[in-house]
Amino acid sequence: MNEAGYDYKIVRSFTFSALFWLIIGLVVGLWIAVEMFYPALNLTPWLSFGRLRVVHTNGLGLGFGLAGIFATSYYILQRLTRTPLPFPRLAKAHLYLFNITIALGAVSLFAGMNTTKEYAELEWPLDICVVVFWVMFAINVFATLIKRREEQMYISLWYIIAMTVTIAVLYIVNNLEIPVTLFKSYSIYAGANDANVQWWYGHNIVGFIFSVPVLAMFYYFLPIATGLPIYSHRLSIVSFWALIFAYLWTGAHHLMLTPLPEWIQTVAIAFSIFLIAPSWGSVLNGYYTLQGNWEQVRSNYLVKFFIVGITFYGLQTIQGPLQGLRTLNAFFHFTDWVVGHVHMGTMGWVTMIISASFYAMIPRITGVQLYSIKLANIHFWLILLGQLVWTITMWIAGIQQGAMWKATNPDGSLMYNFLDTVTSLYPYYRIRFAAGVVYFAGIVIFAWNILMTFRQQPESGEVEGETIVETES
Amino acid sequence: MVITTKPVLFALVSAAVILIGTIITVFIPLLMPSTQPLSPYVKPYTAVELEGRDIYMREGCNNCHTQTVRPLRTEVLRYGEYSKGEEFAYDHPFLWGSRRTGPDLNRIGGKYPDSWHYRHMQSPQGMFEKSNMPPYGWLANNRLDTLNSWKKTSILKYGYSKSDVHRQIISYLSYVTNATYPSRESRNAVTPPELQGELTEMDAIVAYMQKLGRDVKKLEAKN
Repeated sequence: MNEAGYDYKIVRSFTFSALFWLIIGLVVGLWIAVEMFYPALNLTPWLSFGRLRVVHTNGLGLGFGLAGIFATSYYILQRLTRTPLPFPRLAKAHLYLFNITIALGAVSLFAGMNTTKEYAELEWPLDICVVVFWVMFAINVFATLIKRREEQMYISLWYIIAMTVTIAVLYIVNNLEIPVTLFKSYSIYAGANDANVQWWYGHNIVGFIFSVPVLAMFYYFLPIATGLPIYSHRLSIVSFWALIFAYLWTGAHHLMLTPLPEWIQTVAIAFSIFLIAPSWGSVLNGYYTLQGNWEQVRSNYLVKFFIVGITFYGLQTIQGPLQGLRTLNAFFHFTDWVVGHVHMGTMGWVTMIISASFYAMIPRITGVQLYSIKLANIHFWLILLGQLVWTITMWIAGIQQGAMWKATNPDGSLMYNFLDTVTSLYPYYRIRFAAGVVYFAGIVIFAWNILMTFRQQPESGEVEGETIVETES
Repeated sequence: MVITTKPVLFALVSAAVILIGTIITVFIPLLMPSTQPLSPYVKPYTAVELEGRDIYMREGCNNCHTQTVRPLRTEVLRYGEYSKGEEFAYDHPFLWGSRRTGPDLNRIGGKYPDSWHYRHMQSPQGMFEKSNMPPYGWLANNRLDTLNSWKKTSILKYGYSKSDVHRQIISYLSYVTNATYPSRESRNAVTPPELQGELTEMDAIVAYMQKLGRDVKKLEAKN
């Protein structure tokens, strides 16, 4: 134990969990990327695209995403409250239950136990496990906050509170289902209502896993990386409340031009456009924090991750609302454009911020320098290159497919049959796979770098690290 | 600001803030019958069709196939009439999908004969050389498990008695095994001999394909 008695073991364990699920999820991602142009790879039922795609999304969203959030949240909570975790054994139970749930989740999805509601595909017994480990996490969050020794709660803690509350509401409401057997259930909602509940969930689970807690990391680690305070506290307050208020209205932009009542769609469009403001509030707060110190983007590897990461968040939060507009949605929806959009957020913003947070955090809990800043830089350039080629390729593929679906002959008949619109995308799918390999190489270097940083220290003891490590270029 | 020193209050206010949009755009529509309208023309799935739908879900077909035709000119040209809310009244869960790697299936019912589906499921590449759809011929090697069929339809409140469900299964079995079944040759070509006299998972998913978008045609003819 370190002097202050902070529980860093749990941070370390969730860091390892995150890296593990990240690698697994990406390997599955590469596999299904090949299946898209080489269907012979659908070797067995459990390796078929329909089953693997959900292993990919759940493995990365719930496995890597949540583990990264838990690792950084347990760290940030203790540091910002100057209070050790009140229930370290509960946190340990949380760790075990989390990893067991994700592992069983992967196995059950391979086996085809799939509720089909996107990012909520796990069957009901595993849903219960998710709720239980979420409650375990919430108990530690609120107990730490109540016992805290720091009067004011810093911005990052607001985001962690909002996530803790909102994910619970979203997950429970969307997963209400009637069991048929242990492995099969039906959603309690029918048709259009089920769609509405699902995309309220689907949009906000992305918001409250891939935006809100990642912003908590950003607001906490950016000042640590730069040595500069956040530009405007007031801007962060306004952005926070506007963001969590507006987010929940926007799910139906995933259901444009469907049988869902039109007013719900239109309200969703309006709030989606509004969401640009609070999203960019955080982007600008990040940029202005660097005012007069922009050379750090060149000289400080952590700042590079954070600023390029928040830039992708900014691009993402403009692109998203625009895709929600009816006319653009009519063209882009159901195409690979949307796949590109999602991956700019996950491969750009989310992974860059979590990576940099780990790079900033791990040396502080081990008391030794990062194993290699050079490798961290290589990691940065590889995932940036991989992600850009990946997403731009998918945008072009999406535009092409959207245009081919719409194309008509002078006599008004369709110009292309459906199969033509699929096979014409195979060259893009090959490029996408290659970009994915580059990205994956960057991630392997990242994992290696973190593991070697841990290994540098012969003892497993954690030390009080606030003053030991200063960030360097 | 005082709220940033009170974590429990902060959590309660956050919950209230996120619930406003939730209540207005999600919970209130749940209570409005117009969100999910009903039509006497649209009937629930039979037990066999429902089993087929469950196989569709198990295999994650929804990851590549949508089931909503949008009211757009070229979309209606390609797939058929745009989707109506009434069609989905018995869908738990909905299967509208989010990505069209393969074509939309909401109007697939009746578009091709059963034989087309048997052959296509068996080998998509045999029919369309460059298709990237995984082959599903192995579904014909699996006997259809109807052990929970009645429980399923009763959970979904389809209003069938146990004997209704039994009759639906037997009548579909006798339909596909009858010597006059028009797709008999294709069915026998993909089904192993020992299962040709029984219902397979393949039979069920084909039955489900043929149900999609059929009932609503009566509704549309009426309008």
